Amino acid sequence: MVEISVGPVEGASPAGPGSARPDTAYKRPPKATARNVSVFYGEKQALFGVNLDIPDRNVMAFIGPSGCGKSTFLRCFNRMNDTITGARVKGEIKIQGKNIYDPDVDPVQVRARVGMVFQKPNPFPKSIFENVAYGPRIHGLAKTKADLEEIVVKSLKRAGLFEEVKDRLDSEGTSLSGGQQQRLCIARAIAVSPEVILMDEPCSALDPIATAKVEELIDELRENYCIVIVTHNMQQAARVSQRTAFFHLGYLVEEDTTDQIFTNPTERRTQDYITGRFG
Amino acid sequence: MAEHPVKAYEGELKSLDTMIAQMGGLAEQALGQAIDALYHRDPGLAEITLEKDRKIDALERSVDELAISIIARRAPVASDLRQIINAIRIAVDLERIGDLSKNIAKRAIAIATEARPTQVMTGFLHIGEAAMRQLKDVLDAYSQRNAGIALKVWQQDQDIDAMYNSLYCELLTAMMEEPQSAGLYAHLLFSAKNIERIGDHATNIAETIYFLIHGKTLDDERPKSDMTSRTLVLGYNGTGKG
Repeated sequence: MVEISVGPVEGASPAGPGSARPDTAYKRPPKATARNVSVFYGEKQALFGVNLDIPDRNVMAFIGPSGCGKSTFLRCFNRMNDTITGARVKGEIKIQGKNIYDPDVDPVQVRARVGMVFQKPNPFPKSIFENVAYGPRIHGLAKTKADLEEIVVKSLKRAGLFEEVKDRLDSEGTSLSGGQQQRLCIARAIAVSPEVILMDEPCSALDPIATAKVEELIDELRENYCIVIVTHNMQQAARVSQRTAFFHLGYLVEEDTTDQIFTNPTERRTQDYITGRFG
Repeated sequence: MAEHPVKAYEGELKSLDTMIAQMGGLAEQALGQAIDALYHRDPGLAEITLEKDRKIDALERSVDELAISIIARRAPVASDLRQIINAIRIAVDLERIGDLSKNIAKRAIAIATEARPTQVMTGFLHIGEAAMRQLKDVLDAYSQRNAGIALKVWQQDQDIDAMYNSLYCELLTAMMEEPQSAGLYAHLLFSAKNIERIGDHATNIAETIYFLIHGKTLDDERPKSDMTSRTLVLGYNGTGKG
């Protein structure tokens, strides 16, 4: 029998989106958890009952319009809100299962476990070496000078800065370019082997090339760290994170995989924000 | 969907919709005229259809250019991104509908002086009307962003398949009975297949619209009833009544 084959070609299906490094973080237990977290600045409530799990070895982005509470929430994870007069945090934030707001917890120790990188690079007015060595020294992480040097070199290498500064470790940290200064701050943050790294708009003061280098660094760091990044740059959130949380008016509106948030978010408000329809 | 506060961006998204609407209108006209030209043996009308196809092709290029430009300049996400990608996909389907209509028109010119076998031509008119309805409905579904109409189009394609099966049998029988007119019937058979393919493209557009609105694809395998690609002669072998 001869088969007349004039019909449409059937069974051809496009390959699914491929990713060299699939997002498997959600399968691991969360590194940090927030339960019913509210923040008040005096009488004003800035954050309303936020519940969120932050997975380990993963980048989570917080997005939302100005004043939505994303930076306030970020600062809850290393008790930075303690330094603001009149600020109160209610609820529970656990890192590795331990509530960091328990009375027996020393906020200084919390900040050793939870590193932070700020919007503007803020190196100490000291040498490049001292900028990175400072944390490990005050936390007693290095027994000998050789140990300390090893930590400094390793941190600078991890921050992708060592090759650029290895011949001038004694130069002032502030003598570096903006992008280099920010990577120095990241090296300083990881020198104390934190469990979580918080980044509050780490690239907003950097040019596109420096931004690309920091983003590449973030992608490399996520193999070993739990990273949370606050960004106003939606495309940056889409590029660097695996999960995204959208905040609006002090509420966590939606949290999901970054793919889902940027292709088909569940909530209308998320859709309107990421497509630029309000903000 | 609320308007985008950047008016130029909103204008570009609307332009895409307008071009798709224009392409759809031209494709509808081309198909209708091609069927009329074939049915009435009107080579003049067929020539007009060929001109329509050139306009459709030009619009497809414009859709591609604008879509690529928006993606490059505005980094669209979520529903905006779906609208742009889907405009490109729908433009491809409409361009194919234009091509298939043009092919019917060319065949109408080739057989302009041939006989008009009444029963076959009536069948032709029916399948043509069904395809026209599907195309009109799916274009309405797009302009109204109506997933319900799109789903209906998607489900109704098997009616066209059934009509095509029936025409296929009739044309094969006619070829056997009148081998001297095999050329005429071959042209009619290809034309019928073109219309059946136009139905498939309308169904593709329906799937695209569903994805545009819901952000997910239609999961189920679409019911397909065109048996002719697996059959030598329907009704005369294992897949037919035997």
